[in-house]
Amino acid sequence: MSDFLHSGWALFVAGVTAVSLLACLVLLAIAAKRRVMSDDNTTGHVWDEDLKEMNNPLPRWWMGLFVITVVFAAVYLAFYPGMGSSPGMLKWTSVGQYEAEQEKARAAMAPVYAKYVAMNAEQLAADEQAMGIGQRLYLNNCAQCHGSDARGAKGFPNLADTDWLGGNDLDYVKKVIVEGRVGNMPPMGAAVGTAEDAKNLAHYVLSLSGSAHNSISAQLGKPKFATCAACHGPDGKGNMALGAPNLTDKVWLHGWGEAAIVRAITQGINNPMPAQGRLLTPEQVHVLGGYVLSLSRGSRVAAAN
Amino acid sequence: MSDATPADDAAVRIVSLYQKQKKIYARAVSGWFAGWRWAFVWATQLVFYGLPWLEWNARQAVLFDLGARRFYIFGLVLYPQDFIFLTGLLIISAYALFLFTTVAGRLWCGYACPQTVYTEIYMWVERHLEGDRPQRMKLDAAPWGLEKLLRKGGKQLAWIAIGLWTGFTFVGYFTPIQTLAVQVLNLGLGPWEWFWTLFYGFATYGNAGYMREQVCKYMCPYARFQSAMFDPDTLIITYDAARGDPRGNNGKRSKKDGSKPEGLGDCIDCGLCVQVCPTGIDIRNGLQYECIGCAACIDVCNGVMDKMNYPRGLIRYDTERGMAEHAPRATLWKRVFRPRVLVYTGILGLICTALFVALLLRTPFKVDVVRDRGALARVVEDGWVENVYRVQVMNATERTQAYTVTARGLDGLQLDRREPITLAPAEARWVALALRVPPEVAEAAGTGAHAVQFEVSLAAAPGETAHRVIEKSTFLVPR
Repeated sequence: MSDFLHSGWALFVAGVTAVSLLACLVLLAIAAKRRVMSDDNTTGHVWDEDLKEMNNPLPRWWMGLFVITVVFAAVYLAFYPGMGSSPGMLKWTSVGQYEAEQEKARAAMAPVYAKYVAMNAEQLAADEQAMGIGQRLYLNNCAQCHGSDARGAKGFPNLADTDWLGGNDLDYVKKVIVEGRVGNMPPMGAAVGTAEDAKNLAHYVLSLSGSAHNSISAQLGKPKFATCAACHGPDGKGNMALGAPNLTDKVWLHGWGEAAIVRAITQGINNPMPAQGRLLTPEQVHVLGGYVLSLSRGSRVAAAN
Repeated sequence: MSDATPADDAAVRIVSLYQKQKKIYARAVSGWFAGWRWAFVWATQLVFYGLPWLEWNARQAVLFDLGARRFYIFGLVLYPQDFIFLTGLLIISAYALFLFTTVAGRLWCGYACPQTVYTEIYMWVERHLEGDRPQRMKLDAAPWGLEKLLRKGGKQLAWIAIGLWTGFTFVGYFTPIQTLAVQVLNLGLGPWEWFWTLFYGFATYGNAGYMREQVCKYMCPYARFQSAMFDPDTLIITYDAARGDPRGNNGKRSKKDGSKPEGLGDCIDCGLCVQVCPTGIDIRNGLQYECIGCAACIDVCNGVMDKMNYPRGLIRYDTERGMAEHAPRATLWKRVFRPRVLVYTGILGLICTALFVALLLRTPFKVDVVRDRGALARVVEDGWVENVYRVQVMNATERTQAYTVTARGLDGLQLDRREPITLAPAEARWVALALRVPPEVAEAAGTGAHAVQFEVSLAAAPGETAHRVIEKSTFLVPR
């Protein structure tokens, strides 16, 4: 394409366009008349003994339609880009139109969102329309990874339970939506020791949540947990401020079982969620955050029971 | 060009391939067929102009709400998914056109086509403000004066008013017409409502006021393909040349006893059949593609025959074969029931019945199941395997309804939702659902996709039948 960037090409294209339009009119004028060689409303030509070509003129308004198309093309080219590199009188661009439509949509949505900005999480959760908007935002922006029911999958946290990794208030959820989040655990293989040590430690971690484990290995692995306690706490209950998960519950974000835990210990975890701030307005983030928080309300009540 | 000699190649003259159209001054006509046409004008236009004003269940009875994608037709609430019914309607229209055309030619064109109907209305206005054919020709030829200005101006005003009202009514099928009426009074229409009101109004004004027969002759595709459906037994408007010719009036015709001078046929060559023709043809030249089958020439000729005391029907509905054989009417009627007509009727009847039954048995809600695409499957507590689905339920009634969802297809399959989905009238909603199976079932089934079925059912209200919809989907077991 770089061959066509020279300004001479723009002039060439504009010239071809203008000449073509004029040529259409000239052709129309030339082709509008014809010689007839007979007086019986035929052209005078006879084929195959008796096939005659009749002259059945089109109505004149039909020719008018041809002229109108040429006039339309000229008017169009005056207003819109098309004559070479000329931007046209309206300075129209597809990007400009997209931005204008976005601006219009934002203006139309502003009054809808205005009343939600002042609401807190509980008020949002109680507002049916806000939850409807939140659900649509969620399905369009979040469900691809976290699932339509928000219960996640391996590597993608469950948003509908009460197990919060880094915080459980609206401000934190909004911050994660806007900035993204990296779930990061450094590889601890060297600090733990041998492969056997890592395996024993894994069984100890399994024992914390009462999962099936080898109790001898768990006993052997217990001292090694001191390495983990710095973040996950001596009792393994995690530390929300550090983003360290609770190891005593049955939530296994990065996989359950010895193999998965050994892998986490030796190789660490690096699990980023991309920032969504660029895709959503602050008002949308607010409503979406309220919706995400509301998802765990049901299970919070269930846990209390 | 076998016969062309050098002498023939000399141009006789230069002609334009485009011709200024001659204005047609169709003379007013009354009679049996004109009566039928007016009956169709009234019937179609009462429906068209009146329907949007009807109320049903506290809403407009017929409303095509494009924005919300709901189409209300009396008690029916249709979704875009119901487009098959529109297809059915279009097929019925097409077969009805085939059938009527095969039996009696361009009946649609002559009596019920909007182009004919609006032209009839516009010509009625024209006749009442400018007079009949001779007066109109005189008025057009006369220099501009106060009377001409008033008559022409009045006609324009009436035409524009009818056009605008037609455009307004058309938009009223898509925007609630009572709101629209208020908006029109405040000049507060939206840009698209403005556009369609003015566009449809202008199209009515232009086509019925000016284009008229040009639409049928040069634009309408149906006009051309209908002629291709004629066969020798199709009833078409025909001049009985054997009876009428030689034409003429040598002043010796008597109006009293119906006798006629020696050597002349029944046609007195008054030319009225040409004057009443809306496409400006002479039916006595035989069947022509311009003929829209309006039967105005039959009506006017019958009037002349009555005056002359000749039998009616010099121009009449007759068939090509009937004319050749001089067959009696009874034979023509018998030939209407030929295989071609019977096949068309059979198919038409079949599709009508199918459409009616389909509408009657229609489930009053729709279901769509979409498996989550992002995550294939997940293993949850105790090794259970879970899949996530989005189920869309669309309420096609105007009552609040509660739908129960169940699933089957694998042993021990559990659905995480027990409470029914409650939808407001005509509401559609996506609901996220999860299916799960125990680890041993997942292992027995093996990795890969397994067929499962969702069943959405609507409990029967008193006096109604219960409905259920079964949708297929798949359940994935990961490696």
